[in-house]
Amino acid sequence: MTVRNPVPLLLVGLMLLAAWTLPLLSHAPNRLLSGRGIQLATLLHGPRLLLLLPAVPLLAAPWLPPRRGCCVLLASAASLWLAALTGLAGAEAARLAGGADTLARTSLGGGYWALFILGALLANDALRRLGGAGGRLALAQLALYLPLLWLLLSGRLEALSLLKEYANHRDSFDEALGRHLQLVGLTLLPAGVGGAALGLWAFCRPRARGVLFAALNIVQTVPSLALFGLLIAPLAALGRLLPGSGLAGIGLPPALLALTLYGLLPMARSTLAGLQQIPDGVLEAARGMGLSAGQRWRRVELPLALPVLISGLRVTAIQAVGLAQLAALIGAGGFGAIMFQGLSGSALDLVLLGVIPVVALAVAVDALFKLLLSLLEVGPR
Amino acid sequence: MIEFSQVSKTFDGQRAVEALDLVIPQGELAVLIGTSGSGKSTTLKMINRLVEYDSGTLRFAGEDVRHFRPETLRRRMGYAIQSIGLFPHWTVEQNIATVPQLLNWPKPRIRDRVTELLALLHLEPEQYRGRFPHQLSGGQQQRVGVARALAADPDVLLMDEPFGALDPVTRAALQDELRRIHALSGKTIVLVTHDIDEALGLAQRIVLLERGRIVQQGSPLELLTRPASDAVRDFIGRSDIGIKLLALERVAARARQGEAAAGEPIAAAATLREALSAFVTRGADRLPVIDAQGRPAGTLHFADLLPPAP
Repeated sequence: MTVRNPVPLLLVGLMLLAAWTLPLLSHAPNRLLSGRGIQLATLLHGPRLLLLLPAVPLLAAPWLPPRRGCCVLLASAASLWLAALTGLAGAEAARLAGGADTLARTSLGGGYWALFILGALLANDALRRLGGAGGRLALAQLALYLPLLWLLLSGRLEALSLLKEYANHRDSFDEALGRHLQLVGLTLLPAGVGGAALGLWAFCRPRARGVLFAALNIVQTVPSLALFGLLIAPLAALGRLLPGSGLAGIGLPPALLALTLYGLLPMARSTLAGLQQIPDGVLEAARGMGLSAGQRWRRVELPLALPVLISGLRVTAIQAVGLAQLAALIGAGGFGAIMFQGLSGSALDLVLLGVIPVVALAVAVDALFKLLLSLLEVGPR
Repeated sequence: MIEFSQVSKTFDGQRAVEALDLVIPQGELAVLIGTSGSGKSTTLKMINRLVEYDSGTLRFAGEDVRHFRPETLRRRMGYAIQSIGLFPHWTVEQNIATVPQLLNWPKPRIRDRVTELLALLHLEPEQYRGRFPHQLSGGQQQRVGVARALAADPDVLLMDEPFGALDPVTRAALQDELRRIHALSGKTIVLVTHDIDEALGLAQRIVLLERGRIVQQGSPLELLTRPASDAVRDFIGRSDIGIKLLALERVAARARQGEAAAGEPIAAAATLREALSAFVTRGADRLPVIDAQGRPAGTLHFADLLPPAP
């Protein structure tokens, strides 16, 4: 038996280690007491052993030939495994909770998270081996989590402490989601347009490049927290000067301003890179044939730079999803608000409730932009 | 058609073109030639204002080029360059249609024009119009580049080393093509090259530039027989000027009518240079000549290669 692929071997080894040594769940009579660890092995008995079925192909992954069928099998097994693992945790939590009105809390342990992440990595590895266009890959990566999503929506996980926190904070969660999307969306527009304009400007004026990117780099190196803080004073002053403008030192405007400033660098850089990769001959021919500056931009430069430009927008968007988390500190809301509330109250589940959606959002945004890029590449390059 | 008078251009204190006087009449195929840095490309680009000159006057069709909007001027002049510069995201048809579209030609007229041009450049229209540039060979791309430059039936065709990046066989084929197009359309063509054989083969007038000045201008025959200086002699290739002279004349001009000879015939349209090659490789001192229809057209003697005594 030869090992065909070292990556799954490492992942499978780590999975076994995590399953043996780390607790899958942690159970406490109430949220003030520290929990007691529950190992995966103790939960597996009777019909529940069937849940191990999807894990069999995963354990065999290092020895499977890199054929199409095997990759599909591995990816679907990993997808089912993630759901099975989560379902098992949910069922056990429900059993431990007993009655409806109980203070007992069952939270996901280190073993669960390790097994989950390793399983997701195995699935991604299999999908990558399948190859195919970027768009199909992005869709398949999202599809991996469909069984999990079904489980979540079916209500089978409600006994888990994370979901209990969600039930308790449903209103603020929905508000945070809306605000977070608002922060990202409202950042993308000015950062995209402004960054593209700066990139175009730098392309037309090579001498301005040094100054522009030096300035943008400085913005990027200012720690985000410091930038939020730095903007408080000038914006508060501006708000006093222009009453009724809605400007203030804290809240949405300074957060948007800071996020936009951060977004300018990746956007300007990728616009410049996108324009620079257009062959000189194409630009000279466009000029020599009598296309005006506007026609050159619309018909030649923009379409040819678009794929790189979209990549820049993707980086900007993912960066904004992450940075928006900190915007809660200056009262702009978003999932950061939930996270910081959890941190101040030492409520780990509440922290996770503020963090997991952001991770999911980043994954979704990434897949969305990859899909968009692949749609652009259907046309010939 | 194009008149330079005392035109100068300086780049960062470096003289690129100095007090240039040059007249290119309507319908002429003029070749600007020189080493790199001689100012030949700059001279060409001043005509369509890709480079703006500093002093002097440059007239196009009797009017100062600065009186035109650059875009208007450029749309009246075809432009073909060495790197071809086809738009990679457009089909062959869209590429060729660029300027007609800018000029708002009606769609059926553009389509007919594309068909006509593809046929003119020996690219089967229905086969090639929908292709993208990356699906074509280098020679085919340059054919499309030339077709694109000709699309809106411009008054002038400007070509900046258009065949420089092609292999010798493809280059020769496209040079033939250009000669044919010039004879057919009678367009004014200004072509930049550093290849003296290309210049001798194509030009009606060769303009030899050096450090931004015209060293000599005239027909290929004039340049070969009466080089103005040692520098010109060096540039056109001191040791094989005779061979190049032979390349300018056709067998038909020297063949003795009514005589017949044995052996493999040579075409009347071949150059004397090709005839010399045939004499040497066949070890013969006379060659039978045939015309384009394959009928006998006299005999060429080895001694006929020498220029007739004055």
